[in-house]
Amino acid sequence: MTYLAKPKLHHPSLPKNKVGYTRRDYEGAISTLCAGCGHDSISAAIVQACFELDIEPHRVAKLSGIGCSSKTPTYFLGNSHGFNSVHGRMPSVLTGANLANRDLLYLGVSGDGDSASIGIGQFVHCIRRGVNMVYIVENNGVYGLTKGQFSATADRGSKSKRGAVNADSAVDMVALALQLGATYVARSFSGDKAQLVPLIKGAIEHRGAAFLDVISPCVAFNNHEGSTKSYDYIREHNEAVNRIDFISPRAPITTDYEPGSVQEVLQPDGSVLRLRKLAADYDPHNRIAVMNYLQEHQARGEVVTGLLYVDPEAHDLHAHLNTVAAPLNQLDEAALCPGSKVLEQINASLR
Amino acid sequence: MKPTDIRHPDYFHKVVDCQWACPAHTPVPEYIRLIAAGRYSDAYMINWESNVFPGVLGRTCDRPCEPACRRGRVEDGEKKEPVAICRLKRVAADYKDDIRARLPKIPKEKNGKRVACIGAGPASLTVARDLMPLGYQVVIYEAEPWAGGMIRSQIPKFRLPESVIDEEVGYILHMGVQLRTGQRIDSMKALLAEGFDAVFVGSGAPRGRDLDIPGRKEAAANIHIGIDWLSSVSFGHITQIGKRVIVLGGGNTAMDCCRSSRRLGGEEVKVVVRSGFEEMKASPWEKEDAMHEGIPILNYLVPKEFKHANGKLTGMVFEKVAAKYDERGKRNLVPTGEPDVLIECDDVLVAVGQENAFPWIERNIGIEFDKWGMPKVDAATMQSTRPDVFFGGDAAFGPKNIIWAVAHGHDAAVSIDKFCHYEDLRARPAPGVRIFSQKMGIHEWSYDNDIRLDQRYKVPLKDVKIALKDIKQEVELGFDPALAFKEAQRCLNCDVQTVFAEKLCIECDACVDICPMDCITFTANGEETELRGRLNAPAKNLTQDLYVSDTLKTNRVMVKDEDVCLHCGLCAERCPTGAWDMQKSLIKVTHAGPACRSKSKEPMTL
Repeated sequence: MTYLAKPKLHHPSLPKNKVGYTRRDYEGAISTLCAGCGHDSISAAIVQACFELDIEPHRVAKLSGIGCSSKTPTYFLGNSHGFNSVHGRMPSVLTGANLANRDLLYLGVSGDGDSASIGIGQFVHCIRRGVNMVYIVENNGVYGLTKGQFSATADRGSKSKRGAVNADSAVDMVALALQLGATYVARSFSGDKAQLVPLIKGAIEHRGAAFLDVISPCVAFNNHEGSTKSYDYIREHNEAVNRIDFISPRAPITTDYEPGSVQEVLQPDGSVLRLRKLAADYDPHNRIAVMNYLQEHQARGEVVTGLLYVDPEAHDLHAHLNTVAAPLNQLDEAALCPGSKVLEQINASLR
Repeated sequence: MKPTDIRHPDYFHKVVDCQWACPAHTPVPEYIRLIAAGRYSDAYMINWESNVFPGVLGRTCDRPCEPACRRGRVEDGEKKEPVAICRLKRVAADYKDDIRARLPKIPKEKNGKRVACIGAGPASLTVARDLMPLGYQVVIYEAEPWAGGMIRSQIPKFRLPESVIDEEVGYILHMGVQLRTGQRIDSMKALLAEGFDAVFVGSGAPRGRDLDIPGRKEAAANIHIGIDWLSSVSFGHITQIGKRVIVLGGGNTAMDCCRSSRRLGGEEVKVVVRSGFEEMKASPWEKEDAMHEGIPILNYLVPKEFKHANGKLTGMVFEKVAAKYDERGKRNLVPTGEPDVLIECDDVLVAVGQENAFPWIERNIGIEFDKWGMPKVDAATMQSTRPDVFFGGDAAFGPKNIIWAVAHGHDAAVSIDKFCHYEDLRARPAPGVRIFSQKMGIHEWSYDNDIRLDQRYKVPLKDVKIALKDIKQEVELGFDPALAFKEAQRCLNCDVQTVFAEKLCIECDACVDICPMDCITFTANGEETELRGRLNAPAKNLTQDLYVSDTLKTNRVMVKDEDVCLHCGLCAERCPTGAWDMQKSLIKVTHAGPACRSKSKEPMTL
């Protein structure tokens, strides 16, 4: 027997959210990735986040490139819009789609090959421009579909499954994103949904370029001793700087926290990210300090996770370009073809 | 919580809800799979070993397995229905080949032990079935001229054809049982004096309760005791009844009475019960069957008087009542004050309960009775206060049903065998448990793990008009093989267990993500009550166990709520390391024989 579809039956107490869907309604087709793939956990976290945020599935566009990670949009949000682009070209397709219809929620899903190798140029410019999106890199440090070569994010000195040692420096996606002006930057681990789900929710609520680097062990080719992207290695070296406890539109603080231990980040839409500090000296609003902190701790071999940087007053590409507020498909003929008089005015202004 | 001891023979047994609920612990999923595979004879033999009368029970069982069936808890929507386990059993009986060659061989050389059974009903026949292959000589005394007990006398032929009884009772009698029909035991003392090594009392609950209200004597000619009347109908002594019939009582006997009446000339047949419709003792499907035949069930009416004229019954008067609950929640039937109801009728059948009667057991021979006149019987060993006398079936604890009689028979046979070998009866044998992996390939299991969404299939019935014409015409046609296959595929295979090996787990969450029922949680350990509340889906069904692993690398534990697991095996398919495996637990109750004796006291597991 081949893979079975997940049975339609569900737990009798499975709750519905405000828009009338259960969590199961946000699932997609059955995954054909290897058993135990971290990517499937990330898919489950996306499903959970969208359910909890009461998102209507038809308001989401999920876009991806090529690779194991880029297959995953088939496995979640089965009732949303989807686009599988050419390898590494997801960012430009997403940018175009976003410019044409700013009303949808854009979820770019990519991998370390798709974004750090063939598509690194696209990644760089998409972040630079501040496209309003959630950009998730499912980072396993290995080319799984071609049987386990090092990817561009594999750490120098880490070992492949066959024993080869990686001599190249790693591309640090988080450092790149910070440098390029991403306004919401987080790192997490597929094996820690308690951390990952709130980070995805925060990214969805964020208005601007939100980048998530999610370390996602490849069970088939990168989960051995000597790997720096294995379940065991990440669990041993994971240093979370904070935890998002919850996100809600202006909910009162009901839990007692020690003074100074909680940091609230007001999002432009009125929702609040409540961060519980784990590292006392960590300030996620200071881009330069964050970059230094990450470099120092990474040099010690720590994998720093959590909400690393957030700019609460972020602007997106539409604001930069001063585009029309309505999606293009909602503009009528009069707005799209304003007539020869307007054209003359424009021409005159350019003389 | 402590890690679950899955080696305990009861742990996985409890997960197989149907088997656990069955008094005889028949391995239900095992035979349902065989039915789906068209191996009807094999399915029949599994049943026969466990419940002795598959053809009879496949038509008449009280089916405690079905309310327990997990399917009834996991289906979507309003209508959550169990697998039609009982009627699938009938399929095995209907479509099997000649199985006589597969019955146990009876040793020619006897072991020298003689056992007397009183009453040739299901309990005694089970004792004989278990002891004959061991070399015992079994003598069954039966007051009536035939064997079968209530199976033959009380269950109407339109529910259970005579041929089925003959066949399955015959399998046992052909083992060489000495059946002494027409011999009513009048004195236990005299029987004991004949020097049997053990005596088993399986004489049933043969006395129907009467209703002593005004008019009972005067109208006696048209008032009948339900079970006696059914018996007379069964043997053709009664072939007709008045056009207007009232049946008093809300149990299964009342349902048999009213449906029989419809076939013997009763045109306006009504069932009248004291309490509410919902509280009736009859099984829901028996009530449905009666109503399907145009029999109304009137509730909250308490019989007050039989009306008669010229020595002939003319009707019955009932008082209208309502259920009121006092502070303690105890229900009382309180008259509503409305005028009494008169229902005219030609005949009344009284089916308000059955009683045991042991006037033939002397009270000075060491068999003690309680204040209700019931023998003092050990519920585990079926032994009375006199070591060589055992009770079972309705004779032991009052009226129950066939499957309980069978279970008592097996237990009594184990006791008798141990008693005859001078062993401690209280040391009961553990069930035989075999557990083995079902893995055939990466995504291939030796059971069909796809979950069908089919709703429960109805058993086809004979057209009511034809069915009502002939009391011997069987109403249910039974599933045909195609329908049986579809119904069998609804079974979730709860005996294919999810077995977790913590040493192999890398905590990747794959099982958690794929589980359609959110049964699996990785979390910090805690006390059971608190733990149940913070699982991925709350585990509110306290009758169902939590499967808790030993501590994992991250100091968490794996907790699985057994309650609504579909046994679809997706956790095991998704597990990259084989920490989850689907393993079939085949649990068989140990019956009388060498395996039940003391050398095998330890549970046989893995």
